[in-house]
Amino acid sequence: MLDMLTGFVQELRHAGIPVSTVEALDAAEALRFADIGNRAAFKATLGSTLVKNARHYGTFETAFEVYFALLRPAPGEDDADVPSPGRPRPGLQPEGGESGAGEGELEALLQSLVRALSAGDRGLLRAVARRSVEQLAGMERGRPVGGTYYLYRTLRRLDVDGILERLLEAAAESPHLTALEERLLREEYEGRIESFREEVRAEIRRRLVADRGREAVARTLRRPLLEDTDLMHASREELAMVGQVIHPLARKLATRLAQRRRRGRRGRLDFRRTVRRSLSTGGVPMEPQFRIPRPARPEVFLLCDISGSMATFARFALQFVYAMSGQFSKLRSFVFVDALDEVTAVFEAGADFEAALERISSEAQVLWLDGHSDYGNVLAQFWERYGGDLTPRSTVIVTGDARNNYRDLRGDVMPAVAEASRAVYWLNPEPRAYWDTGDSVLSAFAAHCEDVFEVRNLRQLEAFVEGLTLPQRPMRRLHLPGEFG
Amino acid sequence: MIEQGLESPLDVKEGLRRFDYLADDRIAQVVYLADRLAKPILVEGPAGVGKTELAKALAGLTDRKLIRLQCYEGLDESKALYEWNYKKQLLRIQADESAAWSELEQDIFSEDYLLARPLLEAIRSADPVVLLIDEIDRVEVETEALMLEVLSDFQVSIPELGTVSAATQPLVVLTSNNTRELSEALKRRCLFLHIGYPSVEREKEILLARVGGLGELLADQIARLVRSVRNIQLKKPPSVSESIDWARTLLALGVAEVESETVENTLHVLLKYQNDIDRVSRDLSSARTDSLAT
Repeated sequence: MLDMLTGFVQELRHAGIPVSTVEALDAAEALRFADIGNRAAFKATLGSTLVKNARHYGTFETAFEVYFALLRPAPGEDDADVPSPGRPRPGLQPEGGESGAGEGELEALLQSLVRALSAGDRGLLRAVARRSVEQLAGMERGRPVGGTYYLYRTLRRLDVDGILERLLEAAAESPHLTALEERLLREEYEGRIESFREEVRAEIRRRLVADRGREAVARTLRRPLLEDTDLMHASREELAMVGQVIHPLARKLATRLAQRRRRGRRGRLDFRRTVRRSLSTGGVPMEPQFRIPRPARPEVFLLCDISGSMATFARFALQFVYAMSGQFSKLRSFVFVDALDEVTAVFEAGADFEAALERISSEAQVLWLDGHSDYGNVLAQFWERYGGDLTPRSTVIVTGDARNNYRDLRGDVMPAVAEASRAVYWLNPEPRAYWDTGDSVLSAFAAHCEDVFEVRNLRQLEAFVEGLTLPQRPMRRLHLPGEFG
Repeated sequence: MIEQGLESPLDVKEGLRRFDYLADDRIAQVVYLADRLAKPILVEGPAGVGKTELAKALAGLTDRKLIRLQCYEGLDESKALYEWNYKKQLLRIQADESAAWSELEQDIFSEDYLLARPLLEAIRSADPVVLLIDEIDRVEVETEALMLEVLSDFQVSIPELGTVSAATQPLVVLTSNNTRELSEALKRRCLFLHIGYPSVEREKEILLARVGGLGELLADQIARLVRSVRNIQLKKPPSVSESIDWARTLLALGVAEVESETVENTLHVLLKYQNDIDRVSRDLSSARTDSLAT
């Protein structure tokens, strides 16, 4: 068991989940109090001791399912009630079979699947999943194909989407079905079909592991952590998950930007604490205590490139804008392609993110000539229209790849923007190696930025937020008496 | 643990049920482990899924006193750990001005002049307690560090007095809404438990346990409807506490079976934003016209 645990911890670390030695020891200790036979309890034991971040749970789950796939009850143990269509063939399919199931067997499988789904019978569902994989996936020993391929093959033959319609049609025949009930019924069935898919996946995994060993399978199925997912090519689901975890980051950025010098003793006298402190010196107030000065509210100007080349990233950037607008009272957001438009109002408190996206794509005036990024023109517009609003308290953050399509840079604008504000940061979603190649003109802008960051994933965004230290504002000059005149 | 150990996860599960808390296998297992390993549980999840309730039920189950520390921004050690009762100290000094200082010093820094705040109170208690540190993500990282000593060694160091160790092992539950990332040091010391929205079956059971007089059929419908609403993209999806409120409302209205009209009229109980209400009622009514068309 201990070998298995160390192997599992290794796998988690390979996948990127930070597991400390102390936590591994805790897990080993905790396993003494876990019933290994109870899968949920076993999983909870490992999960609660090894994974301390809800974001990492998906990755943990995949690793767990692979690593302990063989701990699932083997087929045949609780398959007693499977309707047996034809001769059950144990083990993997013989070499070369496209799929061994004849039409008669397929039909029988389908029938029991429909029965299992409409009754919500978990045991039957699992049994059907097993039989389906056995007969339809056509798995071959030693073939280095990923599990997805087999999943696709199995589900295609069963036509799972067709089954949903069949189930609903059957239900629609009962007379008193209101629209609401139908909707609920559909979701109920969808849920059951999803659990069927999950059973099929588990069965495929179990067979793969039995065939190739858990290390090999774990390696192929390893899922990158959410924070390492490349935001330029993230899927919709991944972006949705990013949207959920981005709020803490936005909050952190808000506090970073509101940074104050806590050591400063320029606040008013705190009478209560002074008296309290004086007790240790026998009532003599030796150490006056001061209230900490309130921080100045930060002003943030956020400029997002939403051109075609940036489409996926732009969605993420807007999610970030959306999260930030909940944190800053003085956040102004802008989107641009080759022209710039302010979208602050769209993200006003209480706005719905999806609705905001729709409004931006339909209303924002971001096209000027041909819809190819033109940073020079955009910055010039920004300076012209909003430059007057910049103060030494404003932070300007630009997200974009700085690919200017060989257009005029308007080299005079960026220095002016930087001069008028406290700091300018540039977040570039392109890998560092591509900067300044082709039509990328990053370094021309970077020269005037406080700093430039590569932000391709959540981890890097976090690094930007963590590492952010605003430059000190130049101290206001104290005019000594007699200096005038 | 010492006197009243929890026997098994199953024991935990059934025990919690007696206090109307429906735990699933995962929750029961983690609670059981926390008791066995004497480790704090860090419970994370969206608001209103019963994180605080878990601690309350746990106190009931183990028959312990619940000590609660509600965290907020700006919480400091004088509110969380202890504070010297300086008014009383002042009075003491003034009352006896002739006394020698060394004697006085001994005196005014003794336990009589100590105001115990929740953390110290939990540590000093003669009977074992359940300590609930609620919404720990609200305090700053620096304040979080204050709790580390309490959480790992169950002791508090007071410079003037020395170290106060726990006479009995408290069961500690920390909750977080995940508004910020907690420090690694804190997480390492805890068992991590994420509580999400429950499955339809569990939610139905929760409703039946929490709302007296609710019928089986109605509970089932409500649970399924709430899941349906959660599938819609919302700013604030309804939580368990909201579905309980909703069940109470429907019960008070004398509804026997949920229909789309009653749903629309009572959506404001379930959802907290006008945008969300609009979206859901649009979504539900579009389902209706769709099915009429086909």
